[in-house]
Amino acid sequence: MSWLENRFEDNLIITSLDWAVNWARAGSIWPMTFGIACCAIEMMATGASRFDLDRFGAGAFRASPRQSDLMIVAGTVTYKMAERVRRLYNQMPEPKFVMAMGACTIGGGPYFKHGYHVVKGVDLVVPVDIYVPGCPPRPESLMEGLLRLQDKIRNQSLARSA
Amino acid sequence: MKIEDVAAVLAERCPEAIEAVVADAPNPTLLVKPERWHDVASCLQQDARLRFDWLRCISAVDHIEEKLLTVLYHLHATQPGDGPVALWSARGELAVKVRVPRDNPHVRSVADIWPAADWHEREAFDLVGVIFDEHPDLRRILCCEDWVGHPLRRDYEFPMEYHGIPAVTEFDMTRPQH
Repeated sequence: MSWLENRFEDNLIITSLDWAVNWARAGSIWPMTFGIACCAIEMMATGASRFDLDRFGAGAFRASPRQSDLMIVAGTVTYKMAERVRRLYNQMPEPKFVMAMGACTIGGGPYFKHGYHVVKGVDLVVPVDIYVPGCPPRPESLMEGLLRLQDKIRNQSLARSA
Repeated sequence: MKIEDVAAVLAERCPEAIEAVVADAPNPTLLVKPERWHDVASCLQQDARLRFDWLRCISAVDHIEEKLLTVLYHLHATQPGDGPVALWSARGELAVKVRVPRDNPHVRSVADIWPAADWHEREAFDLVGVIFDEHPDLRRILCCEDWVGHPLRRDYEFPMEYHGIPAVTEFDMTRPQH
Protein backbone atom coordinates (compact mmCIF):
# COMPACT_ATOMS: atom_id res chain seq x y z
CA MET A 1 0.00 0.00 0.00
CA SER A 2 2.92 2.42 -0.28
CA TRP A 3 5.67 3.36 2.18
CA LEU A 4 3.37 2.98 5.20
CA GLU A 5 2.81 -0.65 4.57
CA ASN A 6 4.40 -3.42 6.63
CA ARG A 7 6.02 -1.07 9.12
CA PHE A 8 3.84 -1.46 12.20
CA GLU A 9 2.78 -4.06 14.71
CA ASP A 10 -0.76 -5.28 14.62
CA ASN A 11 -2.45 -3.44 17.47
CA LEU A 12 -5.57 -1.50 18.29
CA ILE A 13 -4.35 1.81 16.90
CA ILE A 14 -3.18 0.34 13.66
CA THR A 15 -6.27 -1.72 13.01
CA SER A 16 -8.50 1.25 13.75
CA LEU A 17 -6.41 3.38 11.46
CA ASP A 18 -6.61 0.63 8.85
CA TRP A 19 -10.34 0.67 9.09
CA ALA A 20 -10.51 4.43 8.59
CA VAL A 21 -8.01 4.53 5.74
CA ASN A 22 -9.59 1.59 3.96
CA TRP A 23 -13.05 3.02 4.44
CA ALA A 24 -11.93 6.24 2.80
CA ARG A 25 -10.09 4.51 0.00
CA ALA A 26 -12.79 1.99 -0.78
CA GLY A 27 -15.43 4.69 -0.84
CA SER A 28 -13.64 6.99 -3.25
CA ILE A 29 -12.19 4.89 -6.04
CA TRP A 30 -11.85 7.40 -8.81
CA PRO A 31 -11.55 5.62 -12.13
CA MET A 32 -9.61 6.95 -15.05
CA THR A 33 -11.47 7.77 -18.25
CA PHE A 34 -9.96 4.93 -20.15
CA GLY A 35 -12.36 3.52 -22.68
CA ILE A 36 -10.36 2.17 -25.59
CA ALA A 37 -12.95 0.05 -27.39
CA CYS A 38 -16.54 -1.12 -27.23
CA CYS A 39 -16.46 -2.08 -23.52
CA ALA A 40 -16.27 1.64 -22.88
CA ILE A 41 -19.93 1.91 -23.87
CA GLU A 42 -20.86 -0.37 -20.98
CA MET A 43 -18.50 1.53 -18.71
CA MET A 44 -20.24 4.78 -19.67
CA ALA A 45 -23.60 3.17 -19.06
CA THR A 46 -22.39 2.10 -15.63
CA GLY A 47 -21.40 5.63 -14.86
CA ALA A 48 -24.67 7.09 -16.11
CA SER A 49 -27.85 7.55 -14.15
CA ARG A 50 -29.51 4.16 -14.62
CA PHE A 51 -26.72 2.20 -12.96
CA ASP A 52 -25.11 5.12 -11.16
CA LEU A 53 -21.57 4.17 -10.27
CA ASP A 54 -21.52 7.18 -7.99
CA ARG A 55 -23.35 5.38 -5.19
CA PHE A 56 -20.12 3.40 -4.64
CA GLY A 57 -18.10 6.59 -4.72
CA ALA A 58 -16.55 5.56 -8.00
CA GLY A 59 -18.36 7.79 -10.43
CA ALA A 60 -15.82 10.58 -10.67
CA PHE A 61 -14.12 9.64 -13.93
CA ARG A 62 -10.91 11.58 -14.06
CA ALA A 63 -9.29 12.62 -17.30
CA SER A 64 -5.80 12.50 -15.82
CA PRO A 65 -3.89 9.54 -14.44
CA ARG A 66 -2.53 11.75 -11.65
CA GLN A 67 -5.97 12.04 -10.12
CA SER A 68 -7.19 8.48 -10.52
CA ASP A 69 -6.99 5.38 -8.34
CA LEU A 70 -8.42 2.81 -10.70
CA MET A 71 -7.70 2.10 -14.31
CA ILE A 72 -10.61 0.26 -15.89
CA VAL A 73 -9.01 -1.05 -19.07
CA ALA A 74 -12.21 -1.17 -21.08
CA GLY A 75 -11.46 -2.57 -24.48
CA THR A 76 -9.05 -4.23 -26.83
CA VAL A 77 -5.44 -3.35 -26.06
CA THR A 78 -3.35 -3.28 -29.20
CA TYR A 79 0.42 -3.37 -29.20
CA LYS A 80 0.37 0.24 -30.24
CA MET A 81 -1.80 1.13 -27.26
CA ALA A 82 0.04 -1.13 -24.80
CA GLU A 83 2.91 1.28 -24.36
CA ARG A 84 0.47 4.08 -23.61
CA VAL A 85 -1.33 1.85 -21.12
CA ARG A 86 1.93 1.15 -19.36
CA ARG A 87 2.90 4.81 -19.32
CA LEU A 88 -0.47 5.89 -17.93
CA TYR A 89 -0.24 3.20 -15.29
CA ASN A 90 3.17 4.47 -14.27
CA GLN A 91 1.79 7.98 -14.03
CA MET A 92 -0.93 7.01 -11.56
CA PRO A 93 -0.17 7.69 -7.88
CA GLU A 94 -0.20 4.90 -5.31
CA PRO A 95 -2.39 3.17 -4.28
CA LYS A 96 -3.46 2.20 -7.76
CA PHE A 97 -5.59 -0.59 -9.06
CA VAL A 98 -6.26 -2.03 -12.48
CA MET A 99 -9.45 -3.69 -13.59
CA ALA A 100 -9.37 -5.73 -16.80
CA MET A 101 -12.81 -5.35 -18.28
CA GLY A 102 -13.96 -7.71 -21.00
CA ALA A 103 -12.61 -10.69 -22.86
CA CYS A 104 -10.07 -8.78 -24.97
CA THR A 105 -8.34 -7.28 -21.97
CA ILE A 106 -8.35 -10.53 -20.01
CA GLY A 107 -6.78 -12.70 -22.68
CA GLY A 108 -7.14 -11.38 -26.18
CA GLY A 109 -10.75 -12.46 -26.55
CA PRO A 110 -11.88 -12.98 -30.12
CA TYR A 111 -8.50 -11.70 -31.30
CA PHE A 112 -6.59 -14.39 -29.47
CA LYS A 113 -5.77 -16.50 -32.48
CA HIS A 114 -5.82 -14.27 -35.54
CA GLY A 115 -5.33 -10.82 -34.07
CA TYR A 116 -1.82 -9.93 -35.04
CA HIS A 117 -2.12 -6.56 -33.33
CA VAL A 118 -3.82 -7.43 -30.02
CA VAL A 119 -2.02 -7.99 -26.73
CA LYS A 120 -3.09 -11.35 -25.34
CA GLY A 121 -4.20 -9.96 -22.03
CA VAL A 122 -3.43 -6.62 -20.45
CA ASP A 123 -1.79 -8.47 -17.53
CA LEU A 124 1.21 -8.88 -19.84
CA VAL A 125 1.60 -5.09 -19.68
CA VAL A 126 0.39 -3.96 -16.24
CA PRO A 127 -0.53 -5.89 -13.07
CA VAL A 128 -4.25 -6.54 -12.89
CA ASP A 129 -6.28 -6.70 -9.67
CA ILE A 130 -9.76 -7.58 -10.89
CA TYR A 131 -10.86 -9.44 -13.99
CA VAL A 132 -14.40 -8.77 -15.19
CA PRO A 133 -15.31 -11.28 -17.91
CA GLY A 134 -17.86 -10.68 -20.61
CA CYS A 135 -17.99 -9.45 -24.17
CA PRO A 136 -18.77 -6.80 -23.15
CA PRO A 137 -19.63 -7.25 -19.46
CA ARG A 138 -22.96 -5.86 -18.42
CA PRO A 139 -22.91 -2.90 -16.04
CA GLU A 140 -23.92 -5.23 -13.22
CA SER A 141 -20.74 -7.22 -13.82
CA LEU A 142 -18.63 -4.11 -13.74
CA MET A 143 -20.25 -3.04 -10.49
CA GLU A 144 -19.64 -6.51 -9.06
CA GLY A 145 -16.00 -6.12 -10.03
CA LEU A 146 -15.93 -2.78 -8.28
CA LEU A 147 -17.44 -4.30 -5.12
CA ARG A 148 -14.81 -7.05 -5.17
CA LEU A 149 -12.15 -4.38 -5.54
CA GLN A 150 -13.60 -2.64 -2.51
CA ASP A 151 -13.33 -5.93 -0.61
CA LYS A 152 -9.72 -6.13 -1.67
CA ILE A 153 -9.05 -2.60 -0.46
CA ARG A 154 -10.78 -3.26 2.86
CA ASN A 155 -8.43 -6.18 3.51
CA GLN A 156 -5.31 -4.08 3.21
CA SER A 157 -3.43 -3.30 6.37
CA LEU A 158 -0.56 -1.16 7.51
CA ALA A 159 0.51 -3.90 9.88
CA ARG A 160 3.48 -6.12 9.24
CA SER A 161 2.25 -9.39 7.86
CA ALA A 162 2.92 -12.40 10.02
CA MET B 1 -24.12 4.95 -67.47
CA LYS B 2 -23.08 1.44 -68.38
CA ILE B 3 -19.59 0.17 -68.03
CA GLU B 4 -19.31 -0.35 -71.80
CA ASP B 5 -19.92 3.37 -72.24
CA VAL B 6 -17.18 4.18 -69.76
CA ALA B 7 -14.87 1.80 -71.55
CA ALA B 8 -15.70 3.42 -74.89
CA VAL B 9 -14.90 6.89 -73.57
CA LEU B 10 -11.67 5.61 -72.08
CA ALA B 11 -10.69 3.83 -75.28
CA GLU B 12 -11.03 7.13 -77.06
CA ARG B 13 -9.20 9.24 -74.46
CA CYS B 14 -6.56 6.78 -73.24
CA PRO B 15 -6.07 4.12 -75.89
CA GLU B 16 -4.64 0.76 -74.93
CA ALA B 17 -4.86 1.41 -71.24
CA ILE B 18 -7.56 -1.09 -70.47
CA GLU B 19 -6.75 -4.77 -70.26
CA ALA B 20 -10.25 -6.12 -69.81
CA VAL B 21 -13.83 -5.08 -69.21
CA VAL B 22 -15.79 -7.41 -66.95
CA ALA B 23 -19.39 -6.42 -67.62
CA ASP B 24 -21.40 -9.58 -66.90
CA ALA B 25 -20.59 -9.69 -63.20
CA PRO B 26 -22.56 -8.44 -60.22
CA ASN B 27 -19.93 -5.77 -59.88
CA PRO B 28 -18.71 -4.66 -63.31
CA THR B 29 -15.03 -3.81 -63.28
CA LEU B 30 -12.39 -2.37 -65.52
CA LEU B 31 -8.94 -3.90 -65.45
CA VAL B 32 -6.38 -1.17 -66.08
CA LYS B 33 -2.70 -1.51 -66.86
CA PRO B 34 -0.68 -0.26 -63.90
CA GLU B 35 1.62 1.95 -65.95
CA ARG B 36 -1.38 3.77 -67.45
CA TRP B 37 -3.46 4.01 -64.29
CA HIS B 38 -2.71 7.64 -63.54
CA ASP B 39 -3.78 8.76 -67.03
CA VAL B 40 -6.94 6.72 -66.82
CA ALA B 41 -7.70 8.09 -63.36
CA SER B 42 -7.35 11.72 -64.41
CA CYS B 43 -9.49 11.00 -67.45
CA LEU B 44 -12.15 9.36 -65.28
CA GLN B 45 -12.23 12.33 -63.00
CA GLN B 46 -11.99 15.13 -65.53
CA ASP B 47 -13.80 14.01 -68.67
CA ALA B 48 -17.13 15.80 -68.85
CA ARG B 49 -18.93 12.61 -69.88
CA LEU B 50 -17.63 10.65 -66.88
CA ARG B 51 -16.83 12.93 -63.92
CA PHE B 52 -16.19 10.23 -61.35
CA ASP B 53 -15.56 12.79 -58.65
CA TRP B 54 -15.79 10.60 -55.59
CA LEU B 55 -13.30 7.88 -54.74
CA ARG B 56 -15.22 5.82 -52.25
CA CYS B 57 -12.79 3.11 -51.29
CA ILE B 58 -9.47 1.53 -52.10
CA SER B 59 -9.04 -2.14 -51.33
CA ALA B 60 -6.01 -4.30 -51.88
CA VAL B 61 -6.22 -8.04 -52.40
CA ASP B 62 -3.38 -10.51 -52.10
CA HIS B 63 -3.54 -13.25 -54.72
CA ILE B 64 -0.67 -15.32 -53.49
CA GLU B 65 -1.13 -18.24 -55.92
CA GLU B 66 -1.01 -15.96 -58.96
CA LYS B 67 1.75 -13.85 -57.35
CA LEU B 68 -0.32 -10.71 -57.84
CA LEU B 69 -1.65 -7.89 -55.77
CA THR B 70 -4.90 -6.33 -56.91
CA VAL B 71 -5.71 -2.76 -55.98
CA LEU B 72 -9.42 -2.12 -56.30
CA TYR B 73 -10.82 1.39 -56.62
CA HIS B 74 -14.51 2.11 -56.17
CA LEU B 75 -15.54 5.27 -57.94
CA HIS B 76 -18.78 7.16 -57.83
CA ALA B 77 -20.15 10.00 -59.92
CA THR B 78 -22.11 12.20 -57.58
CA GLN B 79 -23.76 14.35 -60.24
CA PRO B 80 -27.46 13.50 -60.32
CA GLY B 81 -28.66 11.24 -63.08
CA ASP B 82 -31.54 11.65 -65.50
CA GLY B 83 -34.22 9.34 -64.15
CA PRO B 84 -37.23 10.07 -61.96
CA VAL B 85 -35.25 9.52 -58.76
CA ALA B 86 -32.44 11.67 -60.00
CA LEU B 87 -31.49 13.14 -56.67
CA TRP B 88 -30.11 9.98 -55.10
CA SER B 89 -29.53 7.81 -58.13
CA ALA B 90 -25.92 8.23 -59.02
CA ARG B 91 -25.01 8.89 -62.58
CA GLY B 92 -22.45 6.19 -62.42
CA GLU B 93 -20.56 3.77 -60.30
CA LEU B 94 -17.41 2.07 -61.36
CA ALA B 95 -14.90 -0.36 -59.97
CA VAL B 96 -11.38 -0.32 -61.35
CA LYS B 97 -8.81 -3.02 -60.74
CA VAL B 98 -5.08 -2.58 -61.09
CA ARG B 99 -2.96 -5.71 -60.93
CA VAL B 100 0.71 -5.56 -60.02
CA PRO B 101 3.29 -8.27 -59.39
CA ARG B 102 3.46 -9.31 -55.78
CA ASP B 103 7.23 -9.03 -55.37
CA ASN B 104 7.40 -5.51 -56.85
CA PRO B 105 4.03 -3.88 -56.18
CA HIS B 106 4.38 -0.37 -57.52
CA VAL B 107 1.23 1.58 -58.35
CA ARG B 108 1.13 5.24 -59.24
CA SER B 109 -0.59 7.23 -56.51
CA VAL B 110 -3.83 9.01 -57.38
CA ALA B 111 -3.81 11.22 -54.30
CA ASP B 112 -3.32 14.25 -56.55
CA ILE B 113 -6.54 13.43 -58.41
CA TRP B 114 -8.74 12.36 -55.52
CA PRO B 115 -7.42 13.68 -52.18
CA ALA B 116 -9.37 10.90 -50.44
CA ALA B 117 -6.85 8.47 -51.86
CA ASP B 118 -4.16 9.76 -49.54
CA TRP B 119 -5.14 7.87 -46.39
CA HIS B 120 -6.61 4.93 -48.30
CA GLU B 121 -3.31 4.40 -50.04
CA ARG B 122 -1.46 4.67 -46.76
CA GLU B 123 -3.72 1.96 -45.36
CA ALA B 124 -3.18 -0.28 -48.37
CA PHE B 125 0.54 0.26 -47.98
CA ASP B 126 0.43 -0.46 -44.26
CA LEU B 127 -1.61 -3.63 -44.35
CA VAL B 128 -0.87 -5.17 -47.74
CA GLY B 129 2.35 -3.50 -48.75
CA VAL B 130 1.39 -1.89 -52.04
CA ILE B 131 3.90 0.86 -52.76
CA PHE B 132 2.25 3.95 -54.20
CA ASP B 133 4.74 5.93 -56.22
CA GLU B 134 4.71 9.71 -55.84
CA HIS B 135 2.44 9.56 -52.83
CA PRO B 136 2.84 12.76 -50.75
CA ASP B 137 3.38 10.99 -47.43
CA LEU B 138 3.59 7.21 -47.62
CA ARG B 139 3.86 6.14 -43.98
CA ARG B 140 2.10 3.47 -41.99
CA ILE B 141 -1.30 4.64 -40.82
CA LEU B 142 -2.60 1.91 -38.49
CA CYS B 143 0.30 -0.18 -37.26
CA CYS B 144 3.19 1.22 -35.25
CA GLU B 145 5.89 2.89 -37.24
CA ASP B 146 8.41 0.17 -36.42
CA TRP B 147 6.06 -2.69 -37.24
CA VAL B 148 7.60 -5.48 -39.28
CA GLY B 149 5.76 -6.77 -42.32
CA HIS B 150 2.36 -6.12 -43.80
CA PRO B 151 -0.27 -7.94 -41.73
CA LEU B 152 -2.94 -8.69 -44.32
CA ARG B 153 -0.61 -10.46 -46.69
CA ARG B 154 -1.32 -14.16 -46.91
CA ASP B 155 2.19 -15.17 -45.91
CA TYR B 156 2.45 -12.73 -43.00
CA GLU B 157 4.18 -14.13 -39.97
CA PHE B 158 2.79 -13.08 -36.63
CA PRO B 159 5.23 -11.35 -34.30
CA MET B 160 6.29 -13.47 -31.34
CA GLU B 161 6.88 -10.40 -29.21
CA TYR B 162 6.64 -6.66 -29.62
CA HIS B 163 8.71 -4.29 -27.46
CA GLY B 164 9.02 -6.89 -24.73
CA ILE B 165 5.33 -7.85 -24.71
CA PRO B 166 5.12 -11.55 -25.55
CA ALA B 167 2.53 -12.97 -27.90
CA VAL B 168 1.61 -16.00 -25.85
CA THR B 169 -0.39 -18.07 -28.29
CA GLU B 170 0.11 -21.14 -30.35
CA PHE B 171 1.21 -19.00 -33.26
CA ASP B 172 3.72 -21.58 -34.35
CA MET B 173 0.87 -23.97 -35.00
CA THR B 174 -1.35 -21.46 -36.74
CA ARG B 175 1.16 -19.93 -39.10
CA PRO B 176 0.07 -20.09 -42.73
CA GLN B 177 1.91 -22.71 -44.76
CA HIS B 178 3.03 -21.08 -47.96
